[in-house]
Amino acid sequence: MNNTSEKIGKTIPRFDAVTKVTGRERYAADYYGEDFLWTGVKRAGIPHALLKAIHTGKVRDIPGVAAVLTHEDVKGTNRYGIIRKDEPVLADKKIHHCGDAVALVLAEDREALRRAIENISFDYEPLPGVFDPEEALKEGAIPVHEDNSEGNVIRYVPVETGNPGSAFNECDTVVEAVFEVPRQEHAYLETEAGWAHFDKDGQLVIVVATQTPFRDRFEIAPALGLDMEKIHLVVPYLGGAFGGKDGITVQCLLGLAALHSGGRSVKMWWDRQESFLASVKRLPARMYYRLGAKGDGTLHALECRLYFDGGAYASLGGEIMTLAAEHAGSAYRIPHVSIKGWCVYTNNPVGGPFRGFGVPQVTAAMEQMMDILALKIKMDPLEIRKKNTVRRGDKNCLGVTLTHSTGAGECLKVLSEHPLWKGKDTWKALAGPFEARGVGIACMAHAMGYPPMVPDVANAKIEITEEGKIRVYAGVVDMGQGNASTYLQIAGEILSQGVTDMELVLPDTERTLPSGSSSASRTTYTYGNALIKAAAALKSRMLEKASSLIPGSGAEECILAEGRVIHKPTGKEIPFHDLALFFDESERVCTDTFTMPVVKGMNDVIYMGPHIIYSYGAHLVYIEIDMLTGKAEIKQYLAVTDAGKVINPQAYEQQIQGAIAQGIGYALHEDYKVEGGVSRTPDLASYIIPTSMDTPEIISIPIEMGEESGPFGMKGVGEIAMSGPMPAIANAIYDACGIRISRSPYTADKILSALSYNEKPESCDEG
Amino acid sequence: MKVEFVLNGSRIVIDIDPDRRVVDILREDFQLTGTKEGCGSGECGSCTILVDGESRLSCLMLAAQLEGKTITTIEGLAPDGKMHTLQEAFIEYGAVQCGFCTPGMVMAVVDLLSKNPSPDRQEIREGISGNLCRCTGYQKIVDAVEVAAKAMKNGEWRIKNDGEG
Repeated sequence: MNNTSEKIGKTIPRFDAVTKVTGRERYAADYYGEDFLWTGVKRAGIPHALLKAIHTGKVRDIPGVAAVLTHEDVKGTNRYGIIRKDEPVLADKKIHHCGDAVALVLAEDREALRRAIENISFDYEPLPGVFDPEEALKEGAIPVHEDNSEGNVIRYVPVETGNPGSAFNECDTVVEAVFEVPRQEHAYLETEAGWAHFDKDGQLVIVVATQTPFRDRFEIAPALGLDMEKIHLVVPYLGGAFGGKDGITVQCLLGLAALHSGGRSVKMWWDRQESFLASVKRLPARMYYRLGAKGDGTLHALECRLYFDGGAYASLGGEIMTLAAEHAGSAYRIPHVSIKGWCVYTNNPVGGPFRGFGVPQVTAAMEQMMDILALKIKMDPLEIRKKNTVRRGDKNCLGVTLTHSTGAGECLKVLSEHPLWKGKDTWKALAGPFEARGVGIACMAHAMGYPPMVPDVANAKIEITEEGKIRVYAGVVDMGQGNASTYLQIAGEILSQGVTDMELVLPDTERTLPSGSSSASRTTYTYGNALIKAAAALKSRMLEKASSLIPGSGAEECILAEGRVIHKPTGKEIPFHDLALFFDESERVCTDTFTMPVVKGMNDVIYMGPHIIYSYGAHLVYIEIDMLTGKAEIKQYLAVTDAGKVINPQAYEQQIQGAIAQGIGYALHEDYKVEGGVSRTPDLASYIIPTSMDTPEIISIPIEMGEESGPFGMKGVGEIAMSGPMPAIANAIYDACGIRISRSPYTADKILSALSYNEKPESCDEG
Repeated sequence: MKVEFVLNGSRIVIDIDPDRRVVDILREDFQLTGTKEGCGSGECGSCTILVDGESRLSCLMLAAQLEGKTITTIEGLAPDGKMHTLQEAFIEYGAVQCGFCTPGMVMAVVDLLSKNPSPDRQEIREGISGNLCRCTGYQKIVDAVEVAAKAMKNGEWRIKNDGEG
C-alpha cells in the first residue's frame, strides 16, 4: 500500500519483549507490598444446591485472618454479567456450579488464607442438576435459574434465508451428520490476578489482568453498590487471556475485599486449580448438520441445529452461539439456509469467550460436511471448496453482500499450488508399516469486530510530552498478542519515530480513552484506524508549530525525523524537546475516533445484526497415524490467510502459529471433562495442552490483498487460524484410515477404538 | 531456620521458615518477580530457575533446599543491564508473546545449551518440552534457540534478525 513505508510491512521486534525476556515486566500478579492482605474465596465444589447457611464464625478466630465475608456483606445487587446480571459476586440463595464463590477471606498471609478457606463450611440442600444442553431444553427440565422466563434458554437464534423448506428437494445429494466438540480451557500461563485499594480520593483502584477495563466498571459498580466514576482500573500486560479474561474474574471480589480491608491493599491470585474451576471455558456444542448440493457440487441448502452448553451463567454465551450461527455455513455461498441455535443454561462450568468465539465449533462441523459431501459426489475436496467459496460481491449464508476484501478463493488457490498439496499423494504412498498417512484441508472465515447493534468504536490518544517524547495511549488491552507494539509501529510510521523512542501508556480508565475490548480480532483494526488519524493530527500540529518558529517557513516545508523536525530548504533542525516547550498544555494531546463499518438495515437477519468484514483462511495438514496405538501425529501444516496487508510479519506469524497450536490442542488432546458438573480435568496434569513436542513447524502464507477500510490495509488476524486445525485434522484422519469420529478431540484411544469398529477401512488396508 | 546460599551472584544468609516455597521467597522476599508461577505443581515450567547451573522448578523447592546452592533467576542471567545472547535472540526472533512463560523458558534453554551447545531443532523441542507456552506454538522459540546456540558457539554476543520472520 505504501511502498516508501519505513515501518509498515516490516518485522520490528516487539516493544514489550525486552522487559518480558529480562523478567522486569510487572504483571498483575507481580505486585507485593508491606500492607497487602491476601484475599481468596471458598468455592462451592457442588454443582447445584440451595444455600442454607455459611459458617464463618470460628474461621475469624484463625490467627492472621482479617475478615470473612459472605453475600450479606455485599451492599450492591451482588449480581454481575455482561448481557444478563445473573452471576453473584458471592453465592446467596443458590449454588449454580462448582466454581461458585461462597465466602471471601482476607488474611495476612497465604497460609492463613488457605487455612481459613479450608475451614469455612456451609449448609445446603442439594438439587438435581442439568448437565446436557439438549436435556436442559426438554419440558420439565430442572431450571438452573428459576427467574429466567425462557426456562434454560440463554438465547435462541434462528437464521433463515431463501426457501430452506423446499430447497432440499431440489438437491441431487444430501448429507447429514452430527458433531460434538469439547469444552476447552484457555490455560493461559498467568492465572487470574490483581490487587486493589482505595486511594486518598476515595477511588477504588484495581490493577488487574482483564481484557475489558472500561466495561468491567459497568459490572463492578452495581454489583458492589459503588459509583462507577469512582472505580479506576489499571491494566498491565496480560500473561495470556485468549478470551478468558473478557469480563469479570477477580475484579468484584477484589473490590469487595478492599471495602473491608481497613484501608489496606488486597491481593488476589488464583492458583491453577481455582483458575480451572472458576474460569469460563470454550462452550462445548452438539451440532446437527444437513447439507445439500446439486450434481455438480454447487451447494444449495444448509440446515443446522446448534446446541451450545452455556453453563451456569450467561456470560457472552448467547453472543458466542450467535456468532457460531452466523458462521455455520463457513465461507460458502449457500442460497437456502436454516440455522437454529440454542445457548442453554446447565450446571456445568460457565461458557465464555475463547479465541474464535463460537466459530471454531461450527467450522469443525461445516468443513467436515464439505468432505463428506465431496466423497459422496466423488469430487475433490479442494475443488468442491473452490467452487463454492464466497467472492467479493457474493451474498453469504445470511444474505449479506460481501463488499469488503474477500480472499477465501485466493487462499485456496495458493494452497492448491503449494508443493504440500501437489506432493500429497507421493507422501502418502510412502507410509511405513503400521502407519496410515492422510492429508486434510479446511477453509474458514472469521468476522471482525462487534455486530452492528454494538458499535465497534476506538478512541485513540497520542501526545507530545513536555520532554518532547511521543507518547501513545493504548486504549485496548495487550493480552499478549502485541497490539500495543503495533500501535507504536503505526504511530512511528506516521511520525517517523523509532518504536523504542516512544512511550507507551497501557490501558487505564483514567488516562487512556475507552476503546472497547481486547477481542473480536478488532484490536489493531479499530484502534489502529483511530490512531492513524490522531497521529496525523499531531504530526500536522507539530509541523505547524515548527514552521511558526522558523520565520518565513511553511509547515509543508518541514518534515519529521527521529526526535526532531527538519526544515527542508535550510536544513535547520528543531529537536522535539525544544519544540515541546512551545506547546501549550492543551495542544499536546491529539485524539480521534474510529467506528468499524457495519451492514445497515439488516439487523433483523440475526440477533445483533450481521457482520460485514471477514478474514479468511485455508489450511492443509499432513498427519500420520500409528495404527497400533491410534496416535495421530502432525507432520506438516500449511496456513494460508487473508487478513489483509501485514503490518508486522513477525507479529502476524505469532498469531497464526499460536492459534494453530491451540487448534491442534483442541483437535487432538484438549477436553475439559465434566461429569455431573464436577471437573475430571482439574489441572495441567490431567488437562493436556500442546507441548513443543506436539506442535509442528507451521508454514504461514499471507494473502496480502488488502482491505481498503483497514489501517494500512490490514484485517484482524487474531482468531482466524483457530478454526482450521480441528476440521483439517478430522478430514486428514478420514483420508488416512476411513474413520470419522463424531466427538472430538481425536485422541489416540478414540482413533484406536474407531479403527477396531470400522469394518471397512477405506484407505489403510495395508496398515 | 538459617539458610545460606548465593542468589544471582550475591551471598545471602536468611532466617526463614524451611517450609516456604522457593518461588515465593524469590518473589516476595527478594522482589524477583521475573520467576513466574503458572501451576504450582511442576507441570508448566514457568518458575524454572538454575540451581548450581541446572534447571529446577522453584515451585517444588522448599527453603531448606537452598542451603549451599547457587541460584540464578532470570534477573541474574545477564546482570548490569546487559542481555544474554539467548534473550536477544528471543526478542529478535519473536519468541516472546504474552511473556509469562518466557523467563522460565529462557532458564530451561540455558540449561539445555550448557549440556548440548549445538542442538538441532528436534533436540531443542525435547529440551523445552517441560515448559508450557500457550501463545507461540513454540516455533519461534525454537528459531530463537537455534540462532542463539549458533551465535554462542561462534562467540558472538549480539543477535540481529535480518530476515522477515
